[in-house]
Amino acid sequence: MSERRNPFRELFLARLREFVREPGVLFWVFGFPILLAIGLGLAFRNKAPDEIHVGVLDAAGADEVVRALTPADGFHVERVQASDADQVLRLGKVSLIVVPGREYEYRLDPTRPDSLMAELRVNDALQRAAGRADPVAVHTTHETKPGARYIDFLIPGLLGMNIMSGGMWGIGFVLVDMRSRKLLKRLVATPMRRTHFLGAMMASRMVMVIVEMFLLLLFGWLVFDVSLQGPMWHLALLSVIGACSFASLGLLVASRTPKTETVSGLMNLVMLPMFVFSGIFFSSDRFPDAIQPVVKALPLTALNDGLRAVILEGADLPSQLPRIAILIAWGAVSFVVALRVFRWS
Amino acid sequence: MSHAIRCRSLVKTYAGRPPVEAVRGLDLEVRTGECFGLLGPNGAGKTTTVEILEGILAPTSGDVEVLGLRWEHDERALRQRIGVSLQETRFTDKLTVRETLQLFGSFYARGRSADEAMNDVGLSEKRSSYVVNLSGGQRQRLAVACALVGDPDLLFLDEPTTGLDPQSRRQLWDIIRDLRGRGRTIVLTTHYMDEAERLCDHVAVVDQGKVIALGSPAELIRSLGGDHVVEFALDGARKNEPSAKSEVDLEPLLALPSVRSARAEGPAVQLTVAEPHVAIPALMEHLERGSRVLSQLSTRHASLEDVFVSLTGRHLRDE
Repeated sequence: MSERRNPFRELFLARLREFVREPGVLFWVFGFPILLAIGLGLAFRNKAPDEIHVGVLDAAGADEVVRALTPADGFHVERVQASDADQVLRLGKVSLIVVPGREYEYRLDPTRPDSLMAELRVNDALQRAAGRADPVAVHTTHETKPGARYIDFLIPGLLGMNIMSGGMWGIGFVLVDMRSRKLLKRLVATPMRRTHFLGAMMASRMVMVIVEMFLLLLFGWLVFDVSLQGPMWHLALLSVIGACSFASLGLLVASRTPKTETVSGLMNLVMLPMFVFSGIFFSSDRFPDAIQPVVKALPLTALNDGLRAVILEGADLPSQLPRIAILIAWGAVSFVVALRVFRWS
Repeated sequence: MSHAIRCRSLVKTYAGRPPVEAVRGLDLEVRTGECFGLLGPNGAGKTTTVEILEGILAPTSGDVEVLGLRWEHDERALRQRIGVSLQETRFTDKLTVRETLQLFGSFYARGRSADEAMNDVGLSEKRSSYVVNLSGGQRQRLAVACALVGDPDLLFLDEPTTGLDPQSRRQLWDIIRDLRGRGRTIVLTTHYMDEAERLCDHVAVVDQGKVIALGSPAELIRSLGGDHVVEFALDGARKNEPSAKSEVDLEPLLALPSVRSARAEGPAVQLTVAEPHVAIPALMEHLERGSRVLSQLSTRHASLEDVFVSLTGRHLRDE
């Protein structure tokens, strides 16, 4: 006779072991959001103040113009032949063509913001080189505040997305898989308490969420200098509430489904609207006012808005209560309904 | 005599169009300490019956008493005292044998350690292997070990050897005999008659949701009237009669000494016989008179398969 083991602990450990021993699952949970962050972070990085590409027509006086538009002032100048001028402008290789001469001619497309900007800057530089004196001395200070970049917007969104799909797959899919393998039926043929089983599933999910959260945050901080404005425990609390909410949704989706193929479809059906509307990759404010009440009522919108408020603004908890209430409402209703209709065999 | 299981007029009907009557008034008594077999073809209602006895399914009607307790009132106590191996459970791939047994062991208030259970089924050297890397026979032994880990008074094994190779079947038979030897009550379902014959003290032959015969394997075989089966086929001697079926007239065969029954079996004929050494010479003489030539003659001990065939006219594994 050996010492009796604690069934909750065993169920919890079994779930964690199963999880960490599947490299594929580990990648989707931990690696994928980080890869997404790298990819999108690079694509939408804020470049060092943009260079202004200017074409100078190869004609008399071109040298003077080229000398005036120095790289130090952010100009990138290339000489173009008259025959190519329209082409390079049209393709966007340059924002503006300067035709030198006694009078300068600027050729540009006024519908392109970069061309309008270039016109102002080029004109300024050329006039100053020609001897214009500015009546007032000006000093400009450049500063970019953290929190305003795309990557700052993206990291909380990816965290929210991860909490959603982790809850759905980690609970919903796993349960249906266990049902299809008759493992659920086998477990209820033992004296196992069902609350232990579901509790252990939830608890293991919470542990994973906290790890996911730290990894993504650490990555954002190390690579993109994304910093957390609010207190860590606010973020952890919000993540855990979100994880509970989506785990309950996963439980509901899995409650009667016999086959893993069916549950995959169901979960995608539930998640797809939130992928689109809940502000993972772009702000949910972009949707028309008419559908905003629906958009705001989605659990992922509440979670993403909440995560952004904590990470980017350091918002205090009371201001987050409406979002937390939405998450808890979704979670509680799903959980109660799921337990009512859940099928063990 | 104390009983581990009593069940009367058990009925299970699955809703549907038309409703499926899986079990249709089934009575069973399993004595404490015996190995009891539910034998029948696939779809006979064996698994449904066993799952009702295991408290996994609720019967549509009928009376079930397990270890003197009832599922409606004493589920918690009953669960502690029974062990179950379902048909085709797939355990978690990436847990080791030992971890799986520790998990199942943790649900019971008392019981055997994971190491003892592994030892019982000869899986000790696989303790650290992932379930995914086990062979079919090893997985089945793990399923039995999971049923044993709570040290149950009553063990249900649903089709424990289906789909296994002969060597793995033999290993499981040894395990089951060993458990029986240690005084556990075992209920097993099978559609292998040899398995039931070898392992079971009593067998209920189940067909279409009912028990159609009940007794020890020896009693059931004796009920055929003879312990032996003589099977013969004729050479296509009468080539002018092209029928594939046996053209032997069965009536005169029944009159031969020691022959208890006769049955056509495709082109062959099967006789149930009490004493082959009396029946065979008489048979030869009978065929001689009709100028028939034997193409095949064999004798064997009668089996539960013959019992099933004589009761239903079908083979166990027709389906």
